[in-house]
Amino acid sequence: MSFIDTLLQGILLGGLYALFAAGLSLVFGIMRLVNLAHGDLIVLAAFLILLIVSTLGLDPFLAAVVAAPLMFGLGWLLQYYLLNRTLGKDILPPLLVTFGLSIVIQNGLLESFTADSRRISANAMETASVDFGGISAGVMPLVTFVSSVLVIVALNQLIYRTSLGRAFRATSDDVVTATLMGIRPNSIFAIATGTAMMIVTVAALYLGMRANFDPTAGPARLIYAFEAVIIGGLGSLWGTLAGGIILGVAQTVGAAINPEWQILAGHIAFLLVLLFRPRGLFPRAMD
Amino acid sequence: MPILELTAVSKSFGALVVAEDIGFSVEPGEALGIIGPNGAGKSTLFNLINGNYPVASGTICFDGRDVTHQPPMQRCLSGMGRTFQIPQPFERLTVFENLLVAAAFGAQEKESQVTDLCADILVETGLIAKANRPASALTLLERKRMELARALATQPKLLLLDEIAGGLTEGECRQLVATIKRVHQRGVAVIWIEHVLHALTAVVERILVLNFGRVIGIGDPETIMASSVVREIYLGMEV
Repeated sequence: MSFIDTLLQGILLGGLYALFAAGLSLVFGIMRLVNLAHGDLIVLAAFLILLIVSTLGLDPFLAAVVAAPLMFGLGWLLQYYLLNRTLGKDILPPLLVTFGLSIVIQNGLLESFTADSRRISANAMETASVDFGGISAGVMPLVTFVSSVLVIVALNQLIYRTSLGRAFRATSDDVVTATLMGIRPNSIFAIATGTAMMIVTVAALYLGMRANFDPTAGPARLIYAFEAVIIGGLGSLWGTLAGGIILGVAQTVGAAINPEWQILAGHIAFLLVLLFRPRGLFPRAMD
Repeated sequence: MPILELTAVSKSFGALVVAEDIGFSVEPGEALGIIGPNGAGKSTLFNLINGNYPVASGTICFDGRDVTHQPPMQRCLSGMGRTFQIPQPFERLTVFENLLVAAAFGAQEKESQVTDLCADILVETGLIAKANRPASALTLLERKRMELARALATQPKLLLLDEIAGGLTEGECRQLVATIKRVHQRGVAVIWIEHVLHALTAVVERILVLNFGRVIGIGDPETIMASSVVREIYLGMEV
């Protein structure tokens, strides 16, 4: 029974990692931009939600609803005025700029919020659990997992069923031809990053309610996000969820054997996938 | 007023002159053919007209406006459609989606308002049976048709066709020519680069001959094909 319990916890943890990864995956898929500040943007969004909760006294979920459009705006501006300038044949400028951005965000947060570890209080929900015939699962991990599935369903709808989504895919396929069809790649990219920042807000909500975070918590989140995307295979959002689940299960199984092995076990699972399936488990993109 | 007017357009890549003092105009609804040996600067001329390359000097007027310094996207929105010699489909979109994107963004319409238009174009270009296949699965002929179909979906006033009949069989070529003729008869101006001369002469009213980036001659097909300068340069033989 304890093994099934461990497995369930791991799967549910995978939902959180998939949320970390979905925005990263979207941005990389559309404009081949590796955003090294992704983890820090999640932490930034967590502080934003915390700020809204503490100043307006809102429920964390409502606070996230308020934060999401603000984060969309931030992502839009960031892409349109900064990151679009770095895109081109050379892959180095976006890496350098987002790495710099990561440092700027971390230090900006340190200045404004100090190095103290924070948490977004979710009151009764934090400790509530549901019982499935002997196996109990926390309400919070369950809600996180369901949210990640909903986010991926919504993203797939957006990408495959809407005019904007078709423009995303067309631009991803061939920027030059897309401009000949009257598409403005710069604004398409800005909307894509804005959308990714809304997913980041959802990820930040659960990050903040489930664990402590501080201004330097970003890079570790970025690594989990990268690992989930790569395990799942580039270009497939369901693959990213599967990647998150594999990472989550590896971590909880590792932790069950020895609490010190939690993080290590996740990285080992990632390395094994890289070794045997370097293109990921469910690759879709051929580039 | 001409739909397209080039005045003294020049362009060079380093020491290589690819366009030198090019000037001509195309009337609304006219079909102009462009011929010339390989490397004469025909595709480059299209890249200058649609804005993929900036001109070094000269002006390009489209539909009464100076578009010399406008980006390609803007020229598409004002009614310039283009096909490529090597088809450039959005491979991971279905054939229908390729057209939807072109129609929704190129003609600035809502998707729901252009689905019928896209379906009609697919019927016209003989691709309706492949509508829901990914574009990557198309054959060469189908890719060329889709290239045309997608350009049509942007609802152009001027269509730039780059060697769209090249590499096709005789029968395939005839079908394509019939389609282009129908489009032209609806009042769309066409500029068509083509090596397959009988396909070209079946549609166009005038032919422009290009060599080493210069206009060698322009006129009705009979006169052009009969001119000794053209025969010497284009067909590589003295008469």
